[in-house]
Order: sequence, then C-alpha cells, then structure tokens
Amino acid sequence: MSLKTVAFKHSVQIYWVVFAVRFKTLLQYRAAAIAGVITQIFWGSIKLMIMAAFYAQATVAPPITFPEVVAYVWLGQVLLGLLPWNHDPELDQLFRTGAVAYELLRPLDLYMLWFARILAFRTAPTLLRLVPGLIFAMLLLPLIGLEEWQLKPPEDVVTLVLFLCSMVATVLLSCVFTILMAGAMFWTIEGRGVASLMNGLVVVFSGMVIPLPLFPSWLQPFLQWQPFRGLCDIPYRIYSGNIATDQAVAEITFQFGWVAILLASTYVLFSFARQKVVVQGG
Amino acid sequence: MINGIQLYFRLLSTSIRSQMQYRGSFVFLTIGHFLTTGIEALGILALFDRFGNLNEWELPQVVVFYGTVNISFALTEAFARGFDIFGGSLVKTGEFDRVLLRPRSTAVLIAGWELQMHRLGRFLQGLVVLVLGLIHLDSTFSILSFFTLLTAIIGTILFFYGVLILQATMSFWTIESLEIANVLTYGGVETAQYPMAIYKEDFRRFFTYVIPIACVAYFPLLPVIGIPDPLGSSRTFQHLAPLVGGLFFLASLTAWQLGVRYYKSTGT
Repeated sequence: MSLKTVAFKHSVQIYWVVFAVRFKTLLQYRAAAIAGVITQIFWGSIKLMIMAAFYAQATVAPPITFPEVVAYVWLGQVLLGLLPWNHDPELDQLFRTGAVAYELLRPLDLYMLWFARILAFRTAPTLLRLVPGLIFAMLLLPLIGLEEWQLKPPEDVVTLVLFLCSMVATVLLSCVFTILMAGAMFWTIEGRGVASLMNGLVVVFSGMVIPLPLFPSWLQPFLQWQPFRGLCDIPYRIYSGNIATDQAVAEITFQFGWVAILLASTYVLFSFARQKVVVQGG
Repeated sequence: MINGIQLYFRLLSTSIRSQMQYRGSFVFLTIGHFLTTGIEALGILALFDRFGNLNEWELPQVVVFYGTVNISFALTEAFARGFDIFGGSLVKTGEFDRVLLRPRSTAVLIAGWELQMHRLGRFLQGLVVLVLGLIHLDSTFSILSFFTLLTAIIGTILFFYGVLILQATMSFWTIESLEIANVLTYGGVETAQYPMAIYKEDFRRFFTYVIPIACVAYFPLLPVIGIPDPLGSSRTFQHLAPLVGGLFFLASLTAWQLGVRYYKSTGT
C-alpha cells in the first residue's frame, strides 16, 4: 500500500468516527423525540383533515389520488427530520464564539469533517422519530377506525427498493443543503437568517406544504426541474405508486444528478469561504 | 404600575437596539420569516385553484381566518419571546434566580426579555392576505365588522400569550422547555387558518372547550365574513366569544404566579 492510500484510509476512519460519535450523542435526546412525534402526528392529522375536506367535494379528479396524498403526508411527517430546514446549532455556536478558528486548524478537510457531523445531525434524530411515527400511521390508525388515513406499505418489493434508493439520494441532498447553510455563515456569522430563507424554499418546493402535483399545471414545468423536489416529492410518490416503477429510475437519476452538482459547487464554495472567515472574540 | 410600564418599554427598546447591531441578519430574518410563514398562503391558494372551493367556503372567506390568526400570532411571538424560551434559557440555567433578585414583577421582566423584530415578517404577510380577503368578500365591511375583527385579534393574541405563559409555567416543574406546547401554538395557527367547521368533531370540540382557539379565531370572524355558522352558533355568542381569550390569559397569569412560588433553583 502506498503512503497515499494509508493516509486516505486513515482520514476516512476519522470522518467515520466523527459521524459515529455525533450520531450516538444525538440518539440520547429521547424526550425531545417524543415531543417531536406527537407534534408530527398532530400535524399530519390536520393536513389530512384539510385534504380530505377538499377531496370530498372534488369534481375533477386531481393528478394525485387521496390514498397517494395520505402516504405523501405521513411520509413527510415521519421523515421530517431529514428536511434541511435548520442546521446544527453546534456549528452556529462555533461562529458566534470564534471557535471556528480551531476547526480551521485541524489537519482535516473542513468540508468532509462537517459533512460527517451533518450526516449524523440529519439521520439520528430522524431515526428516533421514525419508528413511533410509523407505528402510529401504519398500525394504530386502522385500530381506531381511521383506515382511510392509514399509511399503507408500498405495492410490491420493487417499489420498496426503488423508494429506498431514492431515500439515499434524499439524505445526501439534504446534507448538501445543510452544509450550504453552514457555509453561508462564513459571510454572515449569524446563521439564522440564511437558515430561515432556506427553510422557506425547502418547505414549499419539496412538497411539504402541499404535494407538488396539486400546484397549478402552469407551474409544473418549473417544479419538475428544481432540486428541492428530490427531498420529498420524488421518494414519496415512488412509494405510493404515483410515479410508476418504469419512471422511477429516471427520477432517482435526476436526484443523484442534483446531488453531484451541489456537492461540487458547495465544495468549491467552502474553499473560498475559508479565506473569508471572521473569527470572533479575543 | 406606571413604573412597571416604563420599565417594560425600556426593556423593549434595549432589545430593539441590540438586534439592530446585526442589521443584515435582521433583514434576512424578516424576509425569511415573511416567506416561510407566507408559504402556507400559497398552499391555500393552490388548493383553491385546484379544487374550486371548500364545501360552502370560498377563498376570500378562508383567508380572513388565515390572516387574522397569522397577524395575532406574529404579535404574540414578538412580545412573548421571554416566556417562549423560558424553560431552556432561564430555568435550566438557573438564570431565573437573577430575575427574582430584582424588585419588580417577574411577569413584566420576562415579557420584556426580548422583542423579536423579525416576527414583522409573519405580521406583514398575514396583513396583506387579510386585507385582500376582506376586499374580495361579498358582504360589505362596516365599522362594526372592523371592531368585531379587532376583538377577534385581541382575543387571539391573549389566547396565544396565555399558551406561552402556561408553557413557561410548566417548566418550573419539568425544568426543560416543553416543545409539546408547539402543538398548541404552531399547531393552533395551522388549525385556525381554515374554518373550524371542516374538521372532525372530536378535534373541533378539543379546540373549543379544552383549548379555546375556536372562540377567538373562528366564531367572532363569522359576523365579519357575514355568513351563518354551519355549526349553528348564535350571533350573540359569536360576538362574546373573544372574551374567552381574555379569561384564558388571566388564568395563565394566575398559574404563572403559583409557579414562581414553587420555583426551586437549579443553580450552583
């Protein structure tokens, strides 16, 4: 093995440890997770009641059926933690206190280091909330007589596999948007402003506010091409069968295409950002 | 009393000045807040565009509910920040000990903790939507309906303020900030953006009798819109309903005072 491969292996190990430590720490916040689950169940219920009221009196069949909307809404709620609508408060703290200087001193790639942390920040809390949320939406709802609101499993194994592939892209895409917010702090120091701007874009263009197919037809060509779609709309519609299996591969490729473009551009952004940083404090 | 009010405004003006130190961030935050909270309006618009109407409700009527609850909640959020962050930032850290040392009302000091300027974003979008809705209503908008609208807004502000005080009060016992209260604040806003009549009965009952958001953000708006209640409430009741918001606020304040008496410091 050449020296270079050893160094590479070594650094991958480091980023893996960074990820694992952060992941385990975040798994400790169980009380917060319970609150989160209850909020998400409540949210899902309101959204479904509103949707049900609209669907009950629809005269023209909408481009997405009510059972598909049910899956869309529940998946959106149980996977809410994956949406890049906030960022790691620990990173915020680094800029505010000036501790970002230490981060820059480490003999590691800053982008990779933060990416590992953000990956943990996005996945660990989501995992905690996913299970109880799914139990409610899949098992409990039919028991209390609300079958029409139940989150049903995907049609077949192929759909499930395609959905999971799409979710891999979703996680990566989410991390890239999160790291973009972190990168913006090199200029703004205070992160909340950019985060809230990002929040707005993400929530509407991912399909969280209402499923994207329900937006007016003249908006669809634009909605079709923007990257935020890969965060909710694509995987959830693959799950419910609204995107047929033969189209799903193209949609997943589309997701990974955006992942590649955004990974490259945020990486470049970071190399510029290093030179811009203002270190607070003395 | 007058001294208390003076103090309150002094605290608020300090807060404004400190936020103006990060002017760029304030601008971003406000625009961001305008957009993020205004997005729900886009959702409503898109749904009406797709489905035509919502049972007996038309778009301008629904957005009156939307606008009212949003401007009210924006004002509450702006002025009740101290109570909102109370559990995590003051009880958990023991910081509340310092507040208790001051010879002033704790409620005033916490109320004046921070005036969140960027909530202006939600307020403005709610106002725009509300005005647009009122213009396009079929019924005429009289002075009387203006006052009815005002009582609804005040009632809703007091209601949400009460919820945030209760949330803070709970943290005297739990030490932590209770995120679960978000169901009542943000969830309440989400719920009240649409007329209560469209929801399932149990759900509606909960938001009328247990957490009385329907009394402040649904019933009093029916005379403003000028339609009879599909749920069958009388006009007199609709006009009186916002009082429940005031009662809720007073009850929360009483609970707060009990909580302060109970408070045990976490400090070292």
